[in-house]
Amino acid sequence: MNEALAGGGSSGKPVPGSRRAFEPDWLARLGWLAAILYVVYAASLLDFTWARFVTGLEQAARFFDRMFPPDFSRWEAVLKGLKESLEIAVLASVGGILLSLPIGFLAARNLMPAWVNWPARAVIALCRTFHPVIVAIIFVKAVGFGALAGILALVIASVGFIAKLFAEAIEEISLKQVEAVRATGASFMNVIAFGVLPQVAARFIGFSTYQFDSNVRNSTMVGIVGAGGIGAPLFVAFQRFDYDVVCAILIAIVAVVFLCEILSNQVKRVFGEAVQDGREPRRG
Amino acid sequence: MSEAAAGTGAKARSAGSAAPAAAAALELRGLQKSYVRGKPVLRAIDLSIAGTGLTAIIGPSGTGKSTLIRCVNRLVEPSGGQVLLDGEDLTALRGRSLRLARRRIGMVFQEYNLVERLTVIENLLCGRLGHVGALRAWLRRFPPADIDRAFELLDAVGLADFAKTRADALSGGQRQRVGIARALMQQPRLLLADEPTSSLDPKTSVEVMELMRGLCAQRGIPVIVNMHDVELARRFAARIIGMSGGRVVFDGPATALTDEHLKQIYGGEGWLA
Repeated sequence: MNEALAGGGSSGKPVPGSRRAFEPDWLARLGWLAAILYVVYAASLLDFTWARFVTGLEQAARFFDRMFPPDFSRWEAVLKGLKESLEIAVLASVGGILLSLPIGFLAARNLMPAWVNWPARAVIALCRTFHPVIVAIIFVKAVGFGALAGILALVIASVGFIAKLFAEAIEEISLKQVEAVRATGASFMNVIAFGVLPQVAARFIGFSTYQFDSNVRNSTMVGIVGAGGIGAPLFVAFQRFDYDVVCAILIAIVAVVFLCEILSNQVKRVFGEAVQDGREPRRG
Repeated sequence: MSEAAAGTGAKARSAGSAAPAAAAALELRGLQKSYVRGKPVLRAIDLSIAGTGLTAIIGPSGTGKSTLIRCVNRLVEPSGGQVLLDGEDLTALRGRSLRLARRRIGMVFQEYNLVERLTVIENLLCGRLGHVGALRAWLRRFPPADIDRAFELLDAVGLADFAKTRADALSGGQRQRVGIARALMQQPRLLLADEPTSSLDPKTSVEVMELMRGLCAQRGIPVIVNMHDVELARRFAARIIGMSGGRVVFDGPATALTDEHLKQIYGGEGWLA
């Protein structure tokens, strides 16, 4: 018995330092080395020099100089663009959240059989494949210029984000609670309502408000490809070198994004945090 | 010994009638379960549980006590044999008829398995989910009779002030009281309890067992309890079933359980004081 535990030493007591608590993982080390080598190689391609940096600074200074003071004379156009951007963000968020709820449930591997969760996960993966701007270009071709294309593009982006994280949140729930609800003879929908949703509701609200913030920012961008919102006037001002107008629009965007963050924090406080503050369960 | 603990109202029936009665509530016939082929956890269990009283199942860890209990309400799928509840074979049921059968079987869990983020009263009403349609459940529109019964049971388990408290704010003993009340909300024909006191301190364990036995005796509900505390089993159970290696190796009144039997159930003897 002692012999077997001694690990080589014939004296019965192992030589100090002869036993290893952790095996070296050569595959992991190789992976790290490859990653570091690639970063060095990629950086060498950048052709980054000090001279370039200094010229860049000068150009930036000139650019900022022409931005100030901001020109708010075309405030009506700015306001109209912002209004449209907000509409895009709100409608896309509502649509995305409503779609994400069922798709997220269908994609959860611990609730759904493979023949259901695979197609659902494929839909989510497809939604995540392209950047919202690329999706917006496709929708502009499909439904024409304007806010509708932007809304549809951001609905896709919202489903890709919320449904994916929601499905993952569902996959992490405690199945003990679900088991207890099932044991009462509850139907599948009732198990969802009482065993599953209470466990993930706070996180779902968190993902949704985060995506709303994200949609507000993205809604200012889809206009660049003609999908409505403040992006179009911004892009035009850039191309005309009206940097003071650009500055005015940027300030307006910052203000809106700020306001929306405050709003979504309030939403989280009302619906999310209240549910989350009891996260550390007391054990007796 | 069980006399001393007969706390609440109506007392469990005497140990003498522990033998299978003609009107058995639950009958297991040749019940088998193996999670892995060729490695049976339960080997042809035959048991008959009478219509009242508390039956304790004792045995070492991993011997199939939890599996046995879960095979009754089909949280675990039996590999063979029959489970008869009031003469109806539950192993053949599917879908809706299985849910209807589960409604008649209450269950209490080792780690309480309350829905942590719901209030106590919502957890109790979970016990009615087998009777309430999906729309009513989603909108929290339970029949007034169910809500009244929930508050009555909350009084009965001594948590009247905690109706709107979230389950994760409760202590272990409080949680298990909610677990018992939730199971009784089903108005079950049979109560299963899987190690209901294993996560509790000794004093709370006794209180929870007293509560469970008292409430079920009042309502005429037979109880099957898995435990690994032999003393607690002796104190509260009229009938004790000892399991070892997936088989029943002792079945009799609590008073008949000797050290010899315990050696047979748990193996070895060094641990016996």
